[in-house]
Amino acid sequence: MIEIHNLTKCYDEATVVDDVSLKLPESGITAIVGPNGAGKSTLLSMMARLIAPTAGRVLVDGLDVQETPGAVLAKRLAILKQNNQVNMRLTVSELVAFGRFPHSGGRPTVEDKRHIDEAIAYLGLNELRDRFLDELSGGQRQRAFVAMVLAQDTKYVLLDEPLNSLDMKHAAAMMKLLRRTADELAKSITVVIHDINFASIYADHVVAMRDGRVMLEGGAVDLMQELVLKDIYDTVVKVREVDGHRLGLHYL
Amino acid sequence: MAAFMTVGAKGNWDFVLPFRGGKLLGLVLVAYAVATATVLFQTITQNRILTPAVMGFDSLYVALQTALVFFLGTRDLAIIDMRPRFVLETMLMVAMSMALFHWLFLSRRRSLHLVVLAGLVFGVFFRSLSHMMQRILDPNEFIALQDMLFASFNTIDTQLLAVSSVIVLVTAWVSRRLLAKLDVLMLGRDTAVNLGIDYQRVVMMLFAVIAVLVSVSTALVGPVTFFGLLVASLAYQAVGTDRHEYTLPAATLIAIIALVGGQTVMERVFGFDTALSVIIEFTGGIAFMLLLYRNLNR
Repeated sequence: MIEIHNLTKCYDEATVVDDVSLKLPESGITAIVGPNGAGKSTLLSMMARLIAPTAGRVLVDGLDVQETPGAVLAKRLAILKQNNQVNMRLTVSELVAFGRFPHSGGRPTVEDKRHIDEAIAYLGLNELRDRFLDELSGGQRQRAFVAMVLAQDTKYVLLDEPLNSLDMKHAAAMMKLLRRTADELAKSITVVIHDINFASIYADHVVAMRDGRVMLEGGAVDLMQELVLKDIYDTVVKVREVDGHRLGLHYL
Repeated sequence: MAAFMTVGAKGNWDFVLPFRGGKLLGLVLVAYAVATATVLFQTITQNRILTPAVMGFDSLYVALQTALVFFLGTRDLAIIDMRPRFVLETMLMVAMSMALFHWLFLSRRRSLHLVVLAGLVFGVFFRSLSHMMQRILDPNEFIALQDMLFASFNTIDTQLLAVSSVIVLVTAWVSRRLLAKLDVLMLGRDTAVNLGIDYQRVVMMLFAVIAVLVSVSTALVGPVTFFGLLVASLAYQAVGTDRHEYTLPAATLIAIIALVGGQTVMERVFGFDTALSVIIEFTGGIAFMLLLYRNLNR
């Protein structure tokens, strides 16, 4: 379980994340939603020790992320940020192989190779495995990075806007894949997501943030209420039920 | 290398071989130091244009040495043995450059342009500082200082060779142990941290290695600005991969070929008429501008 205790992050005067306390479950998909500048990405980065908090603690299975050695945490928790620019000339399989670094220390074993192949197959990258990253489309590259994070084989996976730069087809495919990963491999996946409808359809658990605070914690049904959404996004969103899913019509 | 040792040798072999051997060892050390420092620096900064020399770190070394003469005087310096002094200078250099590196690259994420500009300004600042101190110096002391600073590829400081070799071997051992982590660092800070690298510690260690290497090469042959950039980019092109187990040796090898080969040609063909550093700086400078131009167009 990931426990967040009174987590706060300030930059000079601005408070980006304000006294957040949360408990994230052991399995399933958790979606963090909220308007721009709500502090979602900052929260995620602090959970994965990429940013040091101003105050508060994050415990992953009881380990404080600020104090536990990085190598230990890297076997339990993986994060993928948005805009992954790599200046290195790498093939897809080389990139995915980096995901095994916490386990292999740079010398991959047979076991590591198996994980790499599995992750590549899982994301349907078999044909692309020897292609260089800079020869891929945005969506393919995104899948390669997700494969790297899966190869890391951690119980907790944090993804910062994994649907960015994906078109309709690939965005839906990515969410289905995450759903399958969470179910089949019993992982706990936390995603920061912009589209509330994806959260509504695929997430087990929703955290809604605004101005650095948690506004709501609960199931997708709790989020998809017109009054709740108005509170979070400051805009009127009609909610309709289609094929058993509650969808927000924020285009109107 | 064999050519460097033997071509055009007249007279006593007992003299020629140790004399040229010392020079050769010096050139190889410099080649290794410059190439490795540049590749490591470019990995940390994730940038193919920055080098420690472009950032003005060899002028820091010159400033340090000038300050030493300025405050202690050559008489005191002459009493102290060259080798401990060199070690002391290197340690000072490591401390100072680590403070600078830390401020520039770790304390906050700054834009690349600001970093390059800051580096240029630092370079100018340290150079002017040295100049100012040199102006005020007693003429005799100034000449002594000149003698210390005007190292070139022809007059490698042979006294320092043994100490330098030891230092270089230590840094080689450190960078060898960090080899696998270096590749991960190229993926950027966030990914490196995610993959369990103690980023702050590893980067500071690498900065220390770089500072030591810059000190060694500057002490042996004086400042060379663009040489590192030249061999590093040639190495990336030549091996076609960015894995450090290939790029580091490749850069070193290219640097050795360029230095030893260039020195042989210069000594035997041009008869010491031109300075090797002039040629290297010329081609290196052109490579630097080409790289800048290509990056701007992207």
